[in-house]
Amino acid sequence: MGMKNEMTLEFDAVSDNESFARVAVAAFASSLNPTLEEVADLKTAVSEAVTNAIIHGYENFYGYERQGEARPAYRPIHEGKVKIHCLLEGDVLQVEVSDRGKGIEDVEKAMEPLFTTRPELERSGMGFAFMEAFMDDLEVESSPGHGTCVRMVKKLGATPWLEGED
Amino acid sequence: MDEFQVVDRCLLVRLPEEVDHHKAGRISEKADWYIMKQDVEHVVFDFEDTRFMDSSGVGILMGRYKKISCFGGKVYILHADRQVKRILKLSGMDKIVEVVEEEKEWE
Repeated sequence: MGMKNEMTLEFDAVSDNESFARVAVAAFASSLNPTLEEVADLKTAVSEAVTNAIIHGYENFYGYERQGEARPAYRPIHEGKVKIHCLLEGDVLQVEVSDRGKGIEDVEKAMEPLFTTRPELERSGMGFAFMEAFMDDLEVESSPGHGTCVRMVKKLGATPWLEGED
Repeated sequence: MDEFQVVDRCLLVRLPEEVDHHKAGRISEKADWYIMKQDVEHVVFDFEDTRFMDSSGVGILMGRYKKISCFGGKVYILHADRQVKRILKLSGMDKIVEVVEEEKEWE
């Protein structure tokens, strides 16, 4: 206990980085010996937050746009960075995922399950619901035109394995 | 690659190791192409290789369900691991798709 560890990560707001981002956070948290289930929860929550930053914050669809069918070339649609800040204190991990994109007008509305501003993207509107379900605490701060910061907290490594939770 | 296969009007989709937003667009587009062009009645998603899924995966299932259910078709889920099942349950998808528990005959 009393151990403290911190890291910051910044990367292009393109979907190619979604996998990298969640794996990096999971690797950072591995010193707490999280259970497999906790690792999966953490990766899903980070993936949701990072994807939101990319597709809603910066309105990038599949990261790099495909141009031409035969030899697709890729380029970023909108420039922008996603930043992840992780803080480990004792057995608690705090993850902040922030962007400097367009922000959220109505955070409460955005957090309602199944609500989505972009149904054409078919992302089910479950992003915030998953973050809430898989982490212990979730806070969202947003300022339209300036960006969004999602702060999530999870206690790791001490949760007893719940058998037959269904 | 035969990630997509049509057998007896069933579209079989073998999902990748990670089903996220980055992968979802292509999977949905390709599945829809088969649904439109190949007279598909049911869609079977095989999660055998899948070790990660987020809400984008739920979006794939939900979108295909909407398309196929108009014509009376069903969406089946094969080989879902514990984490995939948790996500299906949490999103309520387990109520609209058929999660196949044991090995059933699909050949």
